[in-house]
Amino acid sequence: MTAYMLWFANQYNGFRVSTHHFLCCLQEFESLASLLAIDYQYIEEPSDKVCVHCDALLNSDTTLIPRQPFILFTSDAADTQLERLMSRTVLARSLYELWTNSGDLQQFYDDLRHSPNTQLSQYRSASFRIQVEGYNRKLSTQTKVEKIENIAFLPFDGKIDLKSPENSFHLFEYYGNNPNEIPDKPFQILFGRHIGDSNRKNVSNFSLKDRKFIANTSMEPMLALLMANIAKVSAADLVLDPFVGSGSLLVSAAYYGAYVMGTDIDYLLIHGLTKPSRAGVKTRDTDESVLSNLRQYNLQNQYIDVVIADSSQPFWRTSAPTLKLDAIITDPPYGKRESRERVGSQRQYKIPEELVEGHIPSKVEYSLCDIFRDLLDFSAFHLKVGGRLVFWIPFDKSNTNFDIRSECHPCLRVISMSEQQLSSYMSRILISVEKFKEYTQMSDSCVQRTHNKFINDSQKYN
Amino acid sequence: MKLLMHNMLSSMGLQNVTVGFPLKIVANEVKDISVEFDKKFMKRIISKVDWNALRDTAAQFGVKLPTELPNGNISDELLKQIHGALMEIEIIEGKLVCPETGHEFPINNGIPNMLF
Repeated sequence: MTAYMLWFANQYNGFRVSTHHFLCCLQEFESLASLLAIDYQYIEEPSDKVCVHCDALLNSDTTLIPRQPFILFTSDAADTQLERLMSRTVLARSLYELWTNSGDLQQFYDDLRHSPNTQLSQYRSASFRIQVEGYNRKLSTQTKVEKIENIAFLPFDGKIDLKSPENSFHLFEYYGNNPNEIPDKPFQILFGRHIGDSNRKNVSNFSLKDRKFIANTSMEPMLALLMANIAKVSAADLVLDPFVGSGSLLVSAAYYGAYVMGTDIDYLLIHGLTKPSRAGVKTRDTDESVLSNLRQYNLQNQYIDVVIADSSQPFWRTSAPTLKLDAIITDPPYGKRESRERVGSQRQYKIPEELVEGHIPSKVEYSLCDIFRDLLDFSAFHLKVGGRLVFWIPFDKSNTNFDIRSECHPCLRVISMSEQQLSSYMSRILISVEKFKEYTQMSDSCVQRTHNKFINDSQKYN
Repeated sequence: MKLLMHNMLSSMGLQNVTVGFPLKIVANEVKDISVEFDKKFMKRIISKVDWNALRDTAAQFGVKLPTELPNGNISDELLKQIHGALMEIEIIEGKLVCPETGHEFPINNGIPNMLF
């Protein structure tokens, strides 16, 4: 068993590491570990992890409490496996093999001197560097040099190489997370060997600013990649987005090697005929489509198709062999920036024969509770066992007694929930559920409960 | 629209339709596209494909596939043939016709419109 320290990215969307972000990082880590079959054990079980499924998480007072920016765990996995895990994460920053974890400086020197790792022959003559970092306290270059000189007793005889060393060592000093009360001495001193960096550096390659085809609610690349990670998307998977829009979620799924398809009710958007979503642009290009987005990142081989269809209606083949999807990732319309619609009409009418071709059916409001119920039922049927559905739903902050567990489908289990604040009164929740057994119909009482839960919400959003 | 997508679509949402599969393809414009062969994906996807429907629609576009999908190990050659049928025939303009009611779903610019 080797101990590891997973260091989270310090900032996301302007927030310092908060409980909410902390849990999001954990979800990503746990999903990827499960995808790559990496066994691990937290050294200190995150105390409020149980809150992932409870109401308290969704109370904004608790979600913004700052958290320590790292988590310690032990694992038997090989370095290469852990590097692969890191190369997919977008919320974490770096992974280190943990050598010592000490409460004060004197103890740190003792711990490091006696750490069995320091005596290993593979480090003796290899080139190396040591980096010093303070969390919540800026350390001057001079201080850092002093700190390195203080651990000069390390038996490393190799060349010092600051650019590309064989081994990179890191000394962290954790000064808590309250910027208004910085202590003189660090709470924790951690020392470790660098294993790998996260994929954050590549996120900007997918920036929406340069994206060929965007819609009003295209998902930002960081969150799109996060969703694909939580959904455990991997090579040769079959992935669907039933509210595809501009296909921003499919880009991230295809990036991880999945074959992607999508459906959407909006004929004009799918054909790239709507008003452009980009500020200051008068017309869309003629070749704007989901496929052109994939082509932009050289992922066109992963593209299956997009279909204009109404997700409230059955149009997938249900006969054997059943179409089993590996993952469904989607961002349903909330009725805020994109309208919620399904095909339907208040009136009964017959379309005259000569107008049938080119007829676009009228649409009615597709209520949030129906979207939610249809999506869960569809996923329960079409996901493979073990497959995940990852999606967003809007959440009204004034309504704090929200509990998805009682609303979920009998074949689906809630894996995680996390909240992203959109405005002071509204936020959205990223939910991931996993299918754990073969399909059985949703019971009426379950449907009713879901309905009751959302009926209040949908009235509010109307 | 690729034949893989055709193999997954049905018109069962229409009134009085029970199976709605396979939809008949009326193709006005077809393009041969080139998609990289992915053995792993092909092996996984053929277990999800309705073979009879695929064989018949592939024949319509001049790709001859065996009557039955062989059990057990499938040769690379056949996998490539299936890949060609599933992924490399792109119907640009045309329509899909419901086998039970004759309802037509147009395909424009390679995108089928399944609204009804």
